[in-house]
Formats: sequence, structure tokens, C-alpha cells
Amino acid sequence: MTSVSGMAPAIKVEDLTVAYGERPVLWDVDMEVPAGILMAIVGPNGAGKTSLIKAVTGLVRPVAGYVAIFGKPYREQRPLVGYVPQRNSVDWDFPTTVLDVVMMGRYGGLGWFRRPGATERALALEALEKVGIAELKGRQISQLSGGQQQRLFLARAIVQDARIYLMDEPFQGVDATTERAIVTLLKEMRARGKTVVVVHHDLQTVPEYFDWVTLLNVRCVASGPVDRVFNDRNLRLTYGGRVSYLTHHTPGDTLADGEDGG
Amino acid sequence: MTAPQFEIQLIAVVVAVSCALPGTFLVLRRMAMMSDAISHSILFGIVVAFFVVRDLSSPFLVVAAALTGVLTVSLVELLNRTGLVREDAAIGLTFPALFSVGVILVSRYAGSVHLDTDSVLLGELAFAPFNRLAVMGYDIGPRAFYLMAGIMLLNILFIAVFYKELKLATFDASLAGVLGFLPGFLHYALMALVSVTAVGAFDAVGSILVVALMIAPPTTAYLLVDRLSLMLAVSALLGAVSAISGYWIAHVLDASIAGSMASMAGLLFGAAYLAAPGRGLIAITVRRVRQRWKFAQTMLLVHLYNHEGLPAEVRENRIPTLHEHLKWDHRFAERVVAAAGRQGLVESRDRRLLLTDRGRRAAREAMVG
Repeated sequence: MTSVSGMAPAIKVEDLTVAYGERPVLWDVDMEVPAGILMAIVGPNGAGKTSLIKAVTGLVRPVAGYVAIFGKPYREQRPLVGYVPQRNSVDWDFPTTVLDVVMMGRYGGLGWFRRPGATERALALEALEKVGIAELKGRQISQLSGGQQQRLFLARAIVQDARIYLMDEPFQGVDATTERAIVTLLKEMRARGKTVVVVHHDLQTVPEYFDWVTLLNVRCVASGPVDRVFNDRNLRLTYGGRVSYLTHHTPGDTLADGEDGG
Repeated sequence: MTAPQFEIQLIAVVVAVSCALPGTFLVLRRMAMMSDAISHSILFGIVVAFFVVRDLSSPFLVVAAALTGVLTVSLVELLNRTGLVREDAAIGLTFPALFSVGVILVSRYAGSVHLDTDSVLLGELAFAPFNRLAVMGYDIGPRAFYLMAGIMLLNILFIAVFYKELKLATFDASLAGVLGFLPGFLHYALMALVSVTAVGAFDAVGSILVVALMIAPPTTAYLLVDRLSLMLAVSALLGAVSAISGYWIAHVLDASIAGSMASMAGLLFGAAYLAAPGRGLIAITVRRVRQRWKFAQTMLLVHLYNHEGLPAEVRENRIPTLHEHLKWDHRFAERVVAAAGRQGLVESRDRRLLLTDRGRRAAREAMVG
């Protein structure tokens, strides 16, 4: 977090409005992500969390506003950004292997036409080792469990060797062991100076896993360090009082029990 | 085999291989029905281009067809994006509109040329050798072969050059977009390729059966292999096999070559559907039956184990009573017991069933999981 001073923020979002047809999914969002932090984006269903990530990476075109990655437009900073889409956004029956999918993370570095070779293979194997599924490298991807699929996606992000990572619900549908492994990995990434932004659903774990948080519900309710903005008032503004987290716990506590508020 | 026979088979193989390659991507992108839409709506492009150049063998027709194919896909997406109709309905609205205009134009103005509705729908491969290509007075073979071979090379080249990009954009279009690989461009390029292939294949097999050649071989290959590169190769091979076997079946039955080719492609799919290793119906059934037997046997062992040494053992652990305790019918119970006995898991002594040491271990393992 010390690297923030004097540097352009990792991501700067200003006046961002995204609409599908007439329906705005993001309304005039301002957000700043300093370099080197681990940030959660939380909010109810339909709050525009995925759209925010897609707008940052240029996958959806905003109606208004702009996004800067380290002070420049995304197009010029492509190699700096790694992306992990939602697990169910791809066809897991696609005819390919685990190792092959990890190597896809290197395609950006290779550019058009150049084929992955021994270097990419070695990097991919190393990443699989890191996420703990190296023994599955030759496996057809349809044979993976949900947790293994998510680890595979993380390995693919690791080989992208980006400075900023945007992850869409990496904890969705994984077991407790995998969740812990992923958290360890995310913290490791932060320790190496990466900036990681994660769409997250489980409010209970926000203070434990993340140091920054953005509360989103079409508009950006609050964005900042967890201990400053992750409080009753902001959560109520985001979820409209429907959140069980508020009634059971004092904000900022990390509790293992209680229901999922997201 | 006569020369025309050889030529017809050669053209058939080239058509089938050309169709199988882009067809593989259509199948993987769940756009199989788009081939149907494109193969019909290109008629509109062909007819309009024909009125302009007045020559059925002009390469301009191929370009016009490619443009019409892209137009079809764009119209479908435009309709779909309005949110008023779903994608399948959008396809169902778009291509008949273009196709019907094409049919009207053909029937009204082009009646005197080779372009007639029959050949549009079914094609006629048997006539292909009559239309020769001559270079400086020398006959170098049927025109259809050169047209189709060119299209096949174009397909091979496109897939070879953009292999990595196509794979990524097909598997994960959003990552392709984030990495700057223009999935939209690749999508339309692929659709243009499907259109060009369809217009080439059109003459030989017609606009309906071209769909069979684009979809059936890749779907069959999908059941047989699990690598994209292999799927492309196997699709092409299956296409070629359908072409040659289809030709000879048509020869024997004195029937339509295109129809026989498409039927062979369908039969090959049927065979794979039944017998594909690991994924076919037979393999699935065998696996299910085996699991059922194995589960029944484990149930038997656990049942015996749970009652071992208890006062009720004498009553519970007997073959005649198994069917009420485990809800098995008598014959099934006897077969399970016999199978367990053969494997040395149980033994029966004066009509009582006893676990062997191995059987006891197996039961304990099953319960621990």
C-alpha cells in the first residue's frame, strides 16, 4: 500500500455509466484502486459488479465516463491487466486439456500468430504447481470439479503475469479447502506488489480476506479501506437493510458463523 | 472406376472436408443452426450477383455469397439484440426472408439458366464432371473441383493461421477480448468462411445437405476425441469417408449422391453415438450396469457385516430373506450372492451367508468411504 504515493492509481474510474438499452447497470461510478491492494467489490445481485469489471477491461462500452489503468487508457495497458471471468462463462466440455487452458493466459504476451512453445509450457506447469493441480495437467477439462476449474482459471491468470488482476467471483461454488488456497494465493499476489480486485459475495469474509472494499449497487456507495467504509451505514445503503450481517455482527468483525449476507 | 466416377468422388471429398473444418467451430460455438441459415440466405447473394455479372462461374458470386452470409448473421444479431425475439426465432425469421427473395428472383428471371430451385435445394454432383476447366485449350479437369479445392485451401489456411486465436475466442470469448484478440472480428470472419464454403458446396450438394456435411462429421468427432486439433482432423476424415462411401451407395442404389453422402454422415454419427469409447450409449450403459452390480454387492457385504455376531444374524443373513431386507427380487439376490461368492467375499454354510475376511474388509472400507 505504500507504493501508492506519487504514482497514478492502478485503476481510476470516473463518471462511469454503463447501460444495456435504456436500463443503466452502472450510474456515474467513481472509484480509485491504489496499487498493491486486495479489493473486494460487493453488492446485491444486479448491482453491476460484473459490468464494472467488464467496463474496466473494455469488454462493454460505457455510455459515459472513462477508465484509466496506471494513468492511461486500457487499450494501451492491456499487458498489465489479468482477467478471470466467472467460471460458468465458458464451456467446460470444450475439447482441450488443463495445461492447454493455462497456456491461453500467455496468448496475450505472444500476440497474434505466434504459437505457444516450451517457455509457455514451463510457465504453465509452474502455475499449475502453484495452485496445486499440477497432477491434472493432461486431464480433459470436462473432468474437473468446480474447485479445480477455479484453480485452473487462477493458474491461467498467474501466467498472464499482469500487475492488476480482475477476478469475477473466484470463490463461487468452491469448497472450503479451495477457498483457503485461493485466499492464500491472493495474499501472496498482493505481497508481490500486484493489485487484485475481486467480485465477492460473502460479506462475512470481507474483513478477513481483503484490505479494501467497494460497495456497489448501480451507484458506488462507498470505496476505501475496509476498516473505514465497511460499516453498518454503508452496507444498509448498499443492500437496503436486507442484509443479515448487520443484525448479527458488528462491522469489521470476522466471524466464522452466521449466514451469508450477499 | 471410370474417370468421371473418380472426379465425382474427388469433388465429393473436397466438399466434405471443406464443410467439416468450419463446421467444427460452428458446433463448438453452439451455432449449428447458423449453417442452415447461411446456406439458404446466400441464394439471395448469388442471384443478385448473377444479375450483375451474368456468369454463374464468376468468383464474384462467391464474394457476394460471403457478404450475404455476414449480412444474415448481422441481421440475426440485430433482431436478437432488440430483445423482442429470441435467437432461434431471429434465425427463423431472417434466413427464410432472404431465401424467399432469392427463390422469387430465380423463378421469375433466371428460369433459362442452370440456376433452378431443384439444383439449389439438392445440388447435382453427378453433372459436375461435365463442366470442365480449360487452360490454354487444355482440359485440366472439372471446374467444380478447382473451385472447391480453392475453398478448402482457404479454410485450411485460415484455421492454421488463426488457430490459437480461434481456439481462445471459441472457448473463452471474454478473455480473448481482454487480451485484444478481437473475438468479434474472428466471429464474422468465420461466418464469412462458412458462407464461402456453403456457396461452393451448394452446386454439389445443395443448400440443405450442406448443413449435414457441416454439422454431422464434427459432432461425431466431438464424441470420439477430446482435443481441438484432433477434432478438426477427425471431422475432415469422417467427411471424406462419408463422401466416398456415400458415392458408392448412391451408385449401387442408383440414387442421389448428395443424399447418400449426408446419410452416411448421419450413419457414422449414429455409430459413434452408440459405440464411442467412454461416451457412447453402449459404454454408458455398460458402466451403469457395472456400477449397479458393484453397488448391490457392496450393499450385501455391508448388510452381512452389520448383522454379524448379532442374535438376528441367523434370521437376517440367509439367501431367502435377502429379498425382503434389501428389497431385491429372489433371482437378483441369488446372482449377487453368486458373484460375491466367486470373488471370495462371502461363503454360504448350511443356507447361512458368512463374510470371508476379504468380504469383511471390503464392507468396512465401503462404510468408511
